Amino acid sequence: MRAVRLSVVTAAATVAALTAVTGCTEKGSSGDGDGVITVTATDDKCEVSKTEVAAGSVELAVENKGSKVTEVYILFPDDRVVTERENIGPGTKQRVTAEVKAGDYQIACKPGMKGKGIRQDIKVTGGSTAQRDPRLDKAVAAYREYAQTQADETLPKVETFVKAVKDGDMEAAKAAYAPSRIGWERTEPVAESFGDIDPKVDLREDGLEDGQDLEKDWTGWHRLERSLWKDKKLTDRDKELADQLVKDLADWQNRVGKAEITPTSMANGAKELLDEVATGKVTGEEERYSHTDLVDFKANVEGAETSYELLKPVAQENDAALTTELDKQFAALNTLLDKYRADNTSYDFTSYDKVGEADRKELSDAVNALAEPLSKLAAAVVK
Amino acid sequence: MTDTSKSQAPSRRSLIGWGGAGLALGAAAAGGAVAMARTGNDVDPTAAETGAPVEFHGAHQAGIATPVQDRLHFAAFDVETDDRAEFVRMLKDWTVAARRMTAGQPVGEGAYGGLAEAPPDDTGEALGLKPSRLTLTIGFGPSLFEKFGLADMRPEALVDLPKFSGDNLDKNRSGGDLCIQACADDPQVAVHAIRNLARIGFGKVVIRWSQLGFGKTSSTTPEAQTPRNLMGFKDGTRNIAGTETDRLKKFVWVDEKDVDEKSAWMTGGSYLVARRIRMHIETWDRTSLQEQEDIFGRDKGEGAPVGKAKERDEPFLKAMKPEAHVRLAHPDTNDGATILRRGYSFTDGTDGLGRLDAGLFFLAYQRDVRKGFIPIQRSLAIDVLNEYIQHVGSAIFAIPPGVRDKDDWWGRTLFSREA
Repeated sequence: MRAVRLSVVTAAATVAALTAVTGCTEKGSSGDGDGVITVTATDDKCEVSKTEVAAGSVELAVENKGSKVTEVYILFPDDRVVTERENIGPGTKQRVTAEVKAGDYQIACKPGMKGKGIRQDIKVTGGSTAQRDPRLDKAVAAYREYAQTQADETLPKVETFVKAVKDGDMEAAKAAYAPSRIGWERTEPVAESFGDIDPKVDLREDGLEDGQDLEKDWTGWHRLERSLWKDKKLTDRDKELADQLVKDLADWQNRVGKAEITPTSMANGAKELLDEVATGKVTGEEERYSHTDLVDFKANVEGAETSYELLKPVAQENDAALTTELDKQFAALNTLLDKYRADNTSYDFTSYDKVGEADRKELSDAVNALAEPLSKLAAAVVK
Repeated sequence: MTDTSKSQAPSRRSLIGWGGAGLALGAAAAGGAVAMARTGNDVDPTAAETGAPVEFHGAHQAGIATPVQDRLHFAAFDVETDDRAEFVRMLKDWTVAARRMTAGQPVGEGAYGGLAEAPPDDTGEALGLKPSRLTLTIGFGPSLFEKFGLADMRPEALVDLPKFSGDNLDKNRSGGDLCIQACADDPQVAVHAIRNLARIGFGKVVIRWSQLGFGKTSSTTPEAQTPRNLMGFKDGTRNIAGTETDRLKKFVWVDEKDVDEKSAWMTGGSYLVARRIRMHIETWDRTSLQEQEDIFGRDKGEGAPVGKAKERDEPFLKAMKPEAHVRLAHPDTNDGATILRRGYSFTDGTDGLGRLDAGLFFLAYQRDVRKGFIPIQRSLAIDVLNEYIQHVGSAIFAIPPGVRDKDDWWGRTLFSREA
């Protein structure tokens, strides 16, 4: 991965800005009037004083009557955050305000600050509306959940890998390396939208910036990959790096749910995953010591396909020829990848150094055949 | 022979055309002793200046008899799809894009102004550039006919080239199911065209290999200065001119007499042989002038055949060394075999040994390869020039007839049964 890259979300954020003004902390002029919703949070309830409110300045008066620290959100139908307040301690009160346009929203309380939270539907009426195809909202919400699940499932796998590194168990660490990366690789466009996490965990040796020191500044999976496969020994520094990896990925896990995601960022994120394959995996640069490139490759394709499948109902309506082509090319690439694993559920792929030039060309051709039509998905979604 | 011809220094003007001259088979078309007026510039000054477009439609494809442009991007593709309908759709999409690009217009809805979230239809690097006489010419390779149930449509004349003496062919620079020849006066215009066609083709076809060329090595406009190849020699003095309807008919265009019912689709087409010919530039440059001139059978300054004063004087083959290039390549040595050449020089940087990776990208059009390139190349087996060159890439293509009008498309005569 490059150390610095444009977030896929940049373009998306612009789109979002057109539909909602978020995070405004100005106090509503209506005081305790129409715009105020009282939220009573407990460990298993999230009670709201009303479920319909006028568009404009909306204020949440939150009281945490539970025993756990909680957080409260106003969410768009696609789980984008309109506004939020974290760290509301037991027995405390907080006020949260936002400019909210007409539309359907949810208020969520998250006792213990974990999971999807306890949801309440609210309706905002009057004024201008922030309407989007509800199928797209659903797609975004489902994708957010997918990204979160990937992050949640990645952490234990990383912990397994890290434990092996700290135990000095080379073989176990090697075996746990590639599986620990799958969730990250599936959701990389979302993951890398937090620019400071990507270079910490997934930087390659040649991605260090001018003035950075290979030993001091290079962290993450690939640094450990080098120790395991090239240096063939694990040092105390590697053990420190292993701990750091878990820490950085836990940070990622906490932030995925808040990523700015839109239908177009999902579509372009899918294309970006294929770009990752085209530039890094197909050349064998990504996993130059472990040669586990095909595992990342598969994970990238799966992540792209998930994005696509969620957007497909709308894309199909706008451009049926495109979705027919994408179905065909996803199938072709997956069939090709299956040649490199013993069975279709295994993530034990052929070592990439055993994949010959002609076969790499074939893989590259298949990636291009998919990535080109995939680059048209965003247009088909927003048409 | 007169001394005056030899002592004449090349004029400044004649050097402008340096950079390409047909090397192998250079003299293949040296024939008539017609003294032609020269303008010192192969490009029609008016057209080059205005960057005028070349008509895309016609009985024959543009880019063959068309006055040779300065630059080339040639690409050979492999077909990936086995879906005939999908392939035909791509040929139609290609035709639409080619029609637009040769007219100097961007592909599809252009390079900007569309949806912000989607990549533009056109890649944009030719925006603001003139049409630059861009021509796009499509060809079908022998291997294409193994696909889509086309085996019985393969013309007999589309032979698999035999192995020639001295061939050292790299399969990664040879063959291909189809090809596109893009010629233009501006290299960016030619590259833009191939890039956009490749993009449209993703999933259906993939580029197998491609070649950039500069400094045309042959002229199809006899009133123009004969260009030089990278060895510094003029070659192909009497190449077939775009205006010589009779010679084009005789040597270049496939006639209805040449084809049977199954290959009738080729009527009005031609056959293309493409060869990447590497030159051993460094050893050539260390070769004495006398030897260089003996090898070609011409003098280096004027380009006159041995014993003659002017480039366009009728060559006296017996005055040349028996293994001289011009002598071996000449139609008189080859039972009248004549081809239309529009090759280009290439320089692809240097190889790992610091040697210039340069030479001639040879393109020859003919009515029948068995009567054109093959006998000439066989005759060249003993060419003394072979010490300084090596054929490293090779391909052959059937060039279908032209796209007739707005409703027509590349390959229609082959892919539409009713045609």
